[in-house]
Amino acid sequence: MSQEPKHAAATLRNWTRKRDFYAGALMILLGSVAAIAGPSYRLGTLVQMGPGFMPTALGIILIVLGIVMAGSAIAVAEGEDEDILPQLPQWRGWACVLAGPIAFMVLGTVSGLIPATFGCVFVSALGDREATLKSTVVLALTVTGFGVAVFFYLLQVPMPLLTWRGL
Amino acid sequence: MIGSALAGLWGGFSVALEPHNLMWCFTGVLVGNFVGVLPGMGPVATMSILLPLTFGIKPVGAILMLAGILYGAQYGGAICSILLNLPCHPPHAVTCLDGFPLTKQGKGGVALGLSVLGSFIGASWGITEMVFLAPVLVDLALQFGPADICSLMLLGLLAGSTLARGSPIKGVAMTVLGLLLGIVGTDVQSGAERLTFGITHLDDGIELVALALGVFGIAEFMNSVNQVLPVNLAYSRVALKDMRPSKAELRRALPAMFRGTLVGSLCSLIPGTGPTIASFIAYATEKRISRTPEKFGTGMIEGVVAPETSTHSSIQGDFIPTMSLGIPGDAVMALILGALMIQGIVPGPQLIKEHPDIFWGLVASFWIGNILLVLLNVPLIGIWVKMLAIPYKYLFPSALFFVCIGVYAANNDMFQVGETIVIGVFGYGLLRLGFHPAPILLGFVLGPRFEDAFRRALLISHGNIWVFVERPISAVFLAIAALLIGTQIYVRLRSRKVRLLNASPEIAKT
Repeated sequence: MSQEPKHAAATLRNWTRKRDFYAGALMILLGSVAAIAGPSYRLGTLVQMGPGFMPTALGIILIVLGIVMAGSAIAVAEGEDEDILPQLPQWRGWACVLAGPIAFMVLGTVSGLIPATFGCVFVSALGDREATLKSTVVLALTVTGFGVAVFFYLLQVPMPLLTWRGL
Repeated sequence: MIGSALAGLWGGFSVALEPHNLMWCFTGVLVGNFVGVLPGMGPVATMSILLPLTFGIKPVGAILMLAGILYGAQYGGAICSILLNLPCHPPHAVTCLDGFPLTKQGKGGVALGLSVLGSFIGASWGITEMVFLAPVLVDLALQFGPADICSLMLLGLLAGSTLARGSPIKGVAMTVLGLLLGIVGTDVQSGAERLTFGITHLDDGIELVALALGVFGIAEFMNSVNQVLPVNLAYSRVALKDMRPSKAELRRALPAMFRGTLVGSLCSLIPGTGPTIASFIAYATEKRISRTPEKFGTGMIEGVVAPETSTHSSIQGDFIPTMSLGIPGDAVMALILGALMIQGIVPGPQLIKEHPDIFWGLVASFWIGNILLVLLNVPLIGIWVKMLAIPYKYLFPSALFFVCIGVYAANNDMFQVGETIVIGVFGYGLLRLGFHPAPILLGFVLGPRFEDAFRRALLISHGNIWVFVERPISAVFLAIAALLIGTQIYVRLRSRKVRLLNASPEIAKT
């Protein structure tokens, strides 16, 4: 008899390791955001639908889908579908892929196209395991040259090449 | 009917052959091929990255260029899969099975040559279908009321999300999420700012470019960084003279091309079965009718040509509902529609009448573009092969720059670069949780029109929700949708083997 709660605890532990448990939970979360925010825009009636109707309805559908998704994960056997992070997490790679565009944003706002391009390519190229300083600089310079030629001179994207706007 | 279609086509050729339009079409094919051949760049990623380039162009030129990018990228992907065994786009997965063994035998050139020919034949048939079918569909669709359109969109959304790869319920969830993302911003009818959470930059809604580049750009690079194995270039030396098939090979390949065309065009008629399914069926058909089915996988030319042909024929077929009804079948078509909307053109059945230059110009440009594809690929094959050698460590930083500048140039707004980064992180999370993000784009593009049709349908019916089943046309669409879901559930319950097809997120490259 005393095995019953233990068994339930094991099932629960197994369940909360599943990919679909988190997939469902995320959908429930997103659905709730829409379903809670929706009514504040006025729901209206079926004849005269208010702007809040669609977000609320879609939010509820998303919550239901999330519940089904998370629920179906209970049946999955132990050890399956648990690899939410890849086997070799690429923290450096991920950070650099994201830092590149952030560098573009910051440098593009502060000082223009040339530093923004160079910074974006330089920073993101560092994310590769084999990157060396020299190869990264050469790549960044090449792309900067090409980018300035195409986007500044050919397509005339309105962004100064080099200025200082201050932080 | 036929006469007016031919007259329209004639007008289309005069539009598509205008020097600047011809130039955009050529640029599209060239750049699309150039980017599409790079390992890891599928058509959706290629189109998203190059989409901002079309913003400065007039609508006709922009859409011609985008279509050119699509088939350029499509064929570029074929080069990549045949020579490197690297499918960047799901329809090419089966092309690799026999394409790469052929390459190992030194016949990669022949496989490429015949694929060009096959894709031309497949596309030509698809275009012919479009010329004659699209006007008929439009005539039908113009009689649809809002309720019918609403049900049709629902069918399109369900088909696009449940028949794609991965679990159907996750596909539907992604579509719903896309619909919600499409709602963000100011409501046209009431002026209410919805789901913006006080961020004024979001008043105009989420940008299509930011969404597409976040999900298919940044998320994809996060997925692939340091995970891409070095490619095997040992066999990929192909010169122009290698592309000429022998008579025997041509005799084997031609019937396969026609069978592939047939499979592709049939698949494009069934809602939701896009190029991926077409290519699998074409391969399976070839294997079944072959006298030597055991040789498939060791370098059978039929196994390369038939799937490639069917892919192109089915992509052309997918343009029919996209352009005549305004309902896209997959992420690629959603991008095309989104580009039209960015140009201020409302897609739907009225498009053919209101913008005949766009519709018929596009149809005519398909032919011109496909001829350009053949003309470009034969002499340039040596250059494409060299591009295959560009390592990923140089590719993704450069591509990230294109993502940034593209998003920025769309509206000269740095905020949208930030938007793209956030969507990218979120998209990578979705990938890791086993979602395939392509249906997001479907929902996003159709969302506003779906809501509008839904509102109007209920306004007309005085709030009677049963209007959707009472109107016969709408009822038929809903019945098909129910059938679609019913079969899905039935198939799932009956065999769990289907799981094999739902590959892990590592293969989730679109």
